[in-house]
Amino acid sequence: MPGRERTMSKEALLHRSRIVAELPRGESQSELLRELVGHLRQNRTLLREEWVRRIGEAHLLGAMSQEEIFQEATSVYDSYVAVLETGNVDDLTAYARNLSERIIPRGVETNEVVGIVLLLRDVLARSLFAKYQSDFEKLNRVLDAYEPAANRIANTVAVGFVQERERVIRQQQEAIRELSTPVLQVRERLLILPIIGVIDPQRARQLTEQLLRAIRTNRAKVVVIDITGVAAMDVTVANHLVQTVEASRLLGATVIVTGLSPEIAQTLVTIGVDLGKMNTVGDLQGGIEQAERLLGYKVVLS
Amino acid sequence: MQVPILKQGDVLIATIQAALSDADLLELRSALVQQVVRFRSAGVIVDVTAMDVMDSFASRTLLEISHMIRLRGADTVIVGIQPEVAFAMVQLGLTLEDIPTALDLEEGLAYLQHRSRTIN
Amino acid sequence: MSAETQILVMSDRDVVAARQQGRALALEAGFSASEATLIATAISELARNIVSYAHQGTVTFKPLNGHGGAVGLTIVAADSGPGIRDVSQALRDGYSSSGGLGLGLPGVKRLMDEFEIASRLGSGTTVTVTKWRT
Repeated sequence: MPGRERTMSKEALLHRSRIVAELPRGESQSELLRELVGHLRQNRTLLREEWVRRIGEAHLLGAMSQEEIFQEATSVYDSYVAVLETGNVDDLTAYARNLSERIIPRGVETNEVVGIVLLLRDVLARSLFAKYQSDFEKLNRVLDAYEPAANRIANTVAVGFVQERERVIRQQQEAIRELSTPVLQVRERLLILPIIGVIDPQRARQLTEQLLRAIRTNRAKVVVIDITGVAAMDVTVANHLVQTVEASRLLGATVIVTGLSPEIAQTLVTIGVDLGKMNTVGDLQGGIEQAERLLGYKVVLS
Repeated sequence: MQVPILKQGDVLIATIQAALSDADLLELRSALVQQVVRFRSAGVIVDVTAMDVMDSFASRTLLEISHMIRLRGADTVIVGIQPEVAFAMVQLGLTLEDIPTALDLEEGLAYLQHRSRTIN
Repeated sequence: MSAETQILVMSDRDVVAARQQGRALALEAGFSASEATLIATAISELARNIVSYAHQGTVTFKPLNGHGGAVGLTIVAADSGPGIRDVSQALRDGYSSSGGLGLGLPGVKRLMDEFEIASRLGSGTTVTVTKWRT
């Protein structure tokens, strides 16, 4: 997100110039941050414990043991201070991703992660308040320097978590999709792809890719695509079906389509498919018989 | 990048080993046609396993190869099209219609043998 | 990560280089092998159009990081060639001004998620296409 960083640093620059302008004798923002970092390092043990206590009080991270929370809190605390010191969020981003990877499978929710980061921001702000409360002017300057950095940290961690969560969800969706359409090998060189349910363009695409890979790995010569279980097919999906048949042929496999309903046949004709060129057979049984003939097996009629 | 052409019995085998430029493809076309005439080959196999992309130019050139070779009495089989490449080809509308395809070299040879058996 | 890369395209060798670069960038951005092949194929078509019609031009790659973690790749194929007389005709299947299969632009459009073309007679053509990671 280069755009965001640019705006941030521009804000920070404006911020800095404002402070310098208002307080000709005062410290620069980086000096303030350095002082702040020193304070947070000195009181690391105390502040960290306070933070962990507040996490417990707020009933956050319930899925994790006390010991784990303490360990993660230590790492987050140190990364947090490091960001304040260097202004560079790369390490924190990497850590947030890694942390998310570990805790998402355990059911930690987005609000918990955002919650603990906001708690830390609060714990640290309170400690700064306690330290500088006698010098109100300075307190203001310290908080001015602290806040944008703290917000940026909270944002980094939250975004990292949400992105990781989305990735996990996508992965799960993928796994479910793969499960819902098995490519079956009924005998050597013969694959059956029974399609059941609603096919959207995304699933159709997935099916195609899955089938093409299966053709190669199983060295399939004939594929029977059974669409008996498909009630309706829009033009986009019908196009996909045609593309799947064509792509399979490019790999060297013959496709037989079975279970074509009159409605779907109509759709195919509408988009200009020459059904005479497509290998269609009434039902799955008939399709398998034809496949076996193509493969040179003798079909025994019972 | 020259494509090696191997003669095995009455079949010529051209194995593409890397991404080909348009000029390479045209060179392959003339080399194959010349050698089919020279060796009186009955079949040609073009192995495209290593091809990263099959765009409209490559597709058109393969079609031309197949047609020119057919005019000289031989069959062409394209083998080894990768799943991703096939997927992209059909979306681009390239289906190599009229050219036989096979999974790999072995299958391509089997196809040509089967064909010559049925004809003779 | 979000740096632009540009390739000068003047010969059929450059067409290969451009699509190889595009594939590498797509894989780097996390696209699947299959998506990377779609992208590489589209680049091949666009870069060849540059060589065939304008003799030279550029292909620029722009990795995208959109909202909500969306990742994409934009490819800009630009030339200062003769331009296209009738853009809408060039976007119809079956049209080609050089006697080819005429599948260039409509095919590219199908391979990618977003497609934009700007062309002016005598001053060149710019095609901008984007693919988003699924």
